[in-house]
Amino acid sequence: MKQSTKDHISGYLYISPFFIIFGVFGLFPIIFTAYISFHKWNILGTKEFVGFNNYQLLFTDPLFWKALGNTFSIWFISTLPQLFLALIFAFILNSALLKGKEFFRLAVFLPNITSVVAVAIIFGAIFGEHYGILNYLLSFIGVEPINWKASYLGTHIAISAMVMWRWTGYNTIIYLSALQSIPKDLYEAATIDGANKMQQFFYITIPMIRPMVIFTVILSTIGGMQIFAEPLMFSGNGGGALDQGLTMTLYLYEEAFVRNSFGYSSAIAWVLFLIIVLFSLVNLYVTNRIKSAE
Amino acid sequence: MNEVGVKRYSPGRIITYLLLTIMAFLSIFPFYWMFVIGSNHTSAVNKFPPAMLPGMNFMENAQKVFVNIDFFKAIMNSVITSTTITVSVLFFCSLAGFAFAKLEFKGKNWLFIFIIATMMVPSQLGIIPSYMIVSKLGWIDSLNAVIVPAMVNAFGVFWMRQYISATIPNELLDAGRMDGCSNFTLYWKVVLPSVRPAMATLGLITFMNVWNDFLWPLVVLKDRSMHTIQIALRTLNGAYYQDFAMILAGTFMATLPILIVFLMFSKQFIAGLTEGSIK
Repeated sequence: MKQSTKDHISGYLYISPFFIIFGVFGLFPIIFTAYISFHKWNILGTKEFVGFNNYQLLFTDPLFWKALGNTFSIWFISTLPQLFLALIFAFILNSALLKGKEFFRLAVFLPNITSVVAVAIIFGAIFGEHYGILNYLLSFIGVEPINWKASYLGTHIAISAMVMWRWTGYNTIIYLSALQSIPKDLYEAATIDGANKMQQFFYITIPMIRPMVIFTVILSTIGGMQIFAEPLMFSGNGGGALDQGLTMTLYLYEEAFVRNSFGYSSAIAWVLFLIIVLFSLVNLYVTNRIKSAE
Repeated sequence: MNEVGVKRYSPGRIITYLLLTIMAFLSIFPFYWMFVIGSNHTSAVNKFPPAMLPGMNFMENAQKVFVNIDFFKAIMNSVITSTTITVSVLFFCSLAGFAFAKLEFKGKNWLFIFIIATMMVPSQLGIIPSYMIVSKLGWIDSLNAVIVPAMVNAFGVFWMRQYISATIPNELLDAGRMDGCSNFTLYWKVVLPSVRPAMATLGLITFMNVWNDFLWPLVVLKDRSMHTIQIALRTLNGAYYQDFAMILAGTFMATLPILIVFLMFSKQFIAGLTEGSIK
């Protein structure tokens, strides 16, 4: 047998596990979700074709808009400070003069290995109204105990704090890897040409790590749009009395597996997906614009 | 290493260390506080100011955890699913990565782009049909439901392909072919031994992701005896809302195994992440 024929057989064979598993548990379900979204269906009865009804319903559903607003609010409060802090920590950790670098790297990454469930339980305790450690600290500066769980802003801040605690270190490590991949002689050459530290930062460092910044922005956007376990654990089923913790994925889950409205839930899933794609494209566009503005 | 002209105790350095220390403290403190609450008596927890030092009641709280959830069964379920998936992901992803990096076959580039594109799709999108498939297969309340769909993933294929094309010279494979090695022998005898660092990082990422996974196991593992540790923790939190000492003792015990695994491999892992990701 010729080597090329052998390569073809082995090649297709070796990549087939991915395509089989993805076909069954990825591609088929996505297409079928689209199909279900045009039906009215709870698991027991028969499917009834309703066209775009589920989608129309979605746009007039106050709960959906609330879930959308909550998701964006939590995403916004958590992502911006998190990426900014990560960038600062990465710069500091990258400085060659630092002692104990290994320890700090480990410490900053540690929260990421903790499960969302554990994080949510711990932060639930930290943000407790009566016995929470945060209210205790706030009492020193004369702030009355805040019932974090009862308000929109309180809940969003608490959930964002969980996200930030868990992911800042991860992004720090990603930025650190980008910083370390910048060749040292670029800086040396710039120094010889008389560029100061500030110029080096804006003309070498920032352009060199831009791909990684875009990567983390998109990744945290996708993650933020899918936030689920934190609000479920912090606000309970349904996202609390005011629906202050109801996110899009939580709404999707409740419609499907609590209320059994599979059709409606599938419509939510597709809208969520389109929002993620749209939002990723906007992000890509904006981060690219920032590049050309410099 | 001291550079010329940089003072050892400049204000900049002091601020740097201060920032890093605050960061390290904020990272580590929740772990510590989890143990503080988990080892105090419930009545000591429900006071203002909250407890700040570990107490003597950890065993008592742990006992209560064992009464309320089948802790060790849940840990076992998590170990079984995480280990099986990790081994399987390492095997299938490195095999596919090898094919994409070193074998020539038609449509290779398009298939690879397709795999990367699938990484953008959120996992919840197909959750209802996936649930239906799993239930048709009779896998509800079976660990198969968690294991099989996760046996290979796009990120792993991508990761291994990048590493294999950067580190394995084609000449090495050609030499093997001269000696009459089949493609699989080349993979097994030449590629696998040389990609250990990438495997270590991928293995740890996979293990942690599966160990910490929540939504899908919550949907398919309904029976208490089949719960993974994350789902068991959720039950603990939901059903006994007031007993924070017990809940956090349980959370602490559930976090300990993954913490140990991570600290054991951390050096390799962080190095793999910082050096391997850009190739």
